[in-house]
Amino acid sequence: MKQLIVFIKKEFLQVFRDKQSLLMLFGLPIAQIVLFGFALSNEVKNSKIVVADYSKDVITTQIISKIASGKYFDIEQSLQSANQLQAAFKKGTIKMAVIFPANFAVDLLHTNKASIQIIADASDPNVATTVTNYITQIINDYNVQLGLSSAQPLQIVPEVQMMYNPELRGAPNFIPGVMALVLMLVCTMMTSVAIVKEKELGTMEILLVSPFKPLYIIIAKLTPNLLISIVNFFIIILLSYVFLDLQVKGSLLLLTFCSILFILTSLSIGLLISISAQTQQAAMMGSLMGMMLPTMLLTGFLFPVENMPVALQWLANFVPSRWYFIIVKQVMLKGLGITSVWKETLILLGMCVGLFAISLKKFKIRLQ
Amino acid sequence: MKTLLFLLEKEFRQIMRNKQMIPLLLIAPVIQLVLLPLAANYTVKNISIAVVDNDHSTFSRKLINKITASGYFRLTGYTASYKEALSMVEQDKADLALQIPINFERDLVRENSNKVFIAINAIEGTKAGLGGAYIGSIINDFNAEIRGDWPAAQVTIAAPQITTVSSYWYNPFMNYNLYIVPAILVTLVTAMAAMQSAFNIVQEKESGTIEQINVTPIKKYIFILGKLIPFMVLGTILFTIGLLISWLLYGIVPVGNLFVLYVSLFFYLFSMLGFGLLVSTYSSTQQQAMSLAFFFILIFNMLSGVFNSVDSMPQWAQIIVETFPPSHFIKIMRMVVLKGSGFGDISYHLAAMFVIGLILNTWAVLNYRKTSG
Repeated sequence: MKQLIVFIKKEFLQVFRDKQSLLMLFGLPIAQIVLFGFALSNEVKNSKIVVADYSKDVITTQIISKIASGKYFDIEQSLQSANQLQAAFKKGTIKMAVIFPANFAVDLLHTNKASIQIIADASDPNVATTVTNYITQIINDYNVQLGLSSAQPLQIVPEVQMMYNPELRGAPNFIPGVMALVLMLVCTMMTSVAIVKEKELGTMEILLVSPFKPLYIIIAKLTPNLLISIVNFFIIILLSYVFLDLQVKGSLLLLTFCSILFILTSLSIGLLISISAQTQQAAMMGSLMGMMLPTMLLTGFLFPVENMPVALQWLANFVPSRWYFIIVKQVMLKGLGITSVWKETLILLGMCVGLFAISLKKFKIRLQ
Repeated sequence: MKTLLFLLEKEFRQIMRNKQMIPLLLIAPVIQLVLLPLAANYTVKNISIAVVDNDHSTFSRKLINKITASGYFRLTGYTASYKEALSMVEQDKADLALQIPINFERDLVRENSNKVFIAINAIEGTKAGLGGAYIGSIINDFNAEIRGDWPAAQVTIAAPQITTVSSYWYNPFMNYNLYIVPAILVTLVTAMAAMQSAFNIVQEKESGTIEQINVTPIKKYIFILGKLIPFMVLGTILFTIGLLISWLLYGIVPVGNLFVLYVSLFFYLFSMLGFGLLVSTYSSTQQQAMSLAFFFILIFNMLSGVFNSVDSMPQWAQIIVETFPPSHFIKIMRMVVLKGSGFGDISYHLAAMFVIGLILNTWAVLNYRKTSG
């Protein structure tokens, strides 16, 4: 037992000696939470648009001022001719053009119908859909406001309630994702280098001939990373509470327990890579190439997993962060208890035990 | 000049000799370009919906049919109470709950107006916003339909109405691949350029060969050039392979001039290799170089507008992102590939990349001198 403590102390000293690695261990989570929490947002607002008004009457002026007054659009300029439109789109400065045909008000009064042409830059399809919806909404509102369609019979009014995140902020969706991403990558990468490094430097032989049990070597290697990751977890929770006003709605104890389980799972993956790889570079590339993109993509926080092809959805089931992401969303954002996350927790537990058992079995006490 | 040629020969030999690195450098990105767009599909479809129909009338059935037939929604629950539907939203089994109140049809006809209740899980902002918009417009359409079928309503239907006609330029079929593939290609070039150039000099430091070069009369900038050019060539090859794949697999043919793309690529590689060099001058082991490079690459990838629109970020974040070379190249790629923009349109982004590259490279050269001197 005493041996183990001495060994763990050595591992801690090694970790804290390397300043660049410390930047990654603590700087990465902090920078990510602050940057992503504040900067990433799904809300499309202040989109720059141009207006071409060939009619210049009372109604078009009213509609234009209504468009300009909302938070969604900034009217960049008024175009004199449609020829300038192509150039403006190609420069990438505007997202949409709104064109009022000549005699707009006259047509509306005489034929009861007038049409506004909307051209959206669909090189970003989602933004194009969103801005088109916004402008349609504004014009529908104007229709009602004018009293033009208030006399419509059989009016169905949808009453929409945005649950959990009424302002459609980006942070509530990204924080669980960033937690999964950061914990997974930091744990895996740091651990994957740990054992290979000793192999490369030749100090592994010394460890192996000592009376120290293999299980102890593994425990000593994992302990610093485990503790650092738990500290990281609390830093993230604290930061999102202080800066983003995002508090843990459910049980903090449950969240901590699941996080430790997830950290242990990630550590086991790192351990496995570490045992299989021969050089540090291979271990790093393995954990970087093998882990970063699958984690980013298949966790589900950037892209909904249910939209993916079936094969990828199936593959995503093997990514631990996918399950952890669900747990964090349920417990932290929705405030649900163990009854709704027991399945995910069991899966994580299974992965953790399985991976650790494989690593322990693969860990050789001989070099060749 | 002759020294540079010798150095280049040495660098290329070193790269070619490493049998493991060539596949990692060229094949891994290809696999990613094939797989990633499959996963990175942000077209919002298959929004799962739980419906509570308290009315069981012709209207309510018609409305539900219309929603499920639209292609955007998938009916995952047909529950007896609103509470059950909400608990489906809680458990992520439904993104959206729709309640049709009791006596919906009767009250609609009698009072000429009625409400339906919609609760949306808004944690995923985009999905919630689009889902709300879709269901709103479906209800609108349905409204117009039943109004048309209703004899008593025919009289008043002739009220003046402003309508909108929308058209989507540059991507009329709203193909998400057109948007995401060019950006993914940029992230692949980024990872290759930054990581490899960061590792390269550190490797010489770790194996001690940098001392030998330092004592030769090779000038610093020639040494740096010797490091930059091979990765410039590799980056260009990778980019070309990427363009070919996006053509063969996704049918994406740049609308704009290829020459414009390659000139932009040159400026981009110049700035990203400068970044890699700078990282390598601050690190003495490969682990350190990796930690530093990884730290920045992750931030570049997340904030440069690959997956999220830079325009919806707050002002201060946009200013920070402006200093990231990838954000400029991603913009250029999308502009040239989708819209056919020319040099005149992208001149600002080119200039920005050049200035950033100049600063990073100068910084790297200065810093390199300090540590070796």
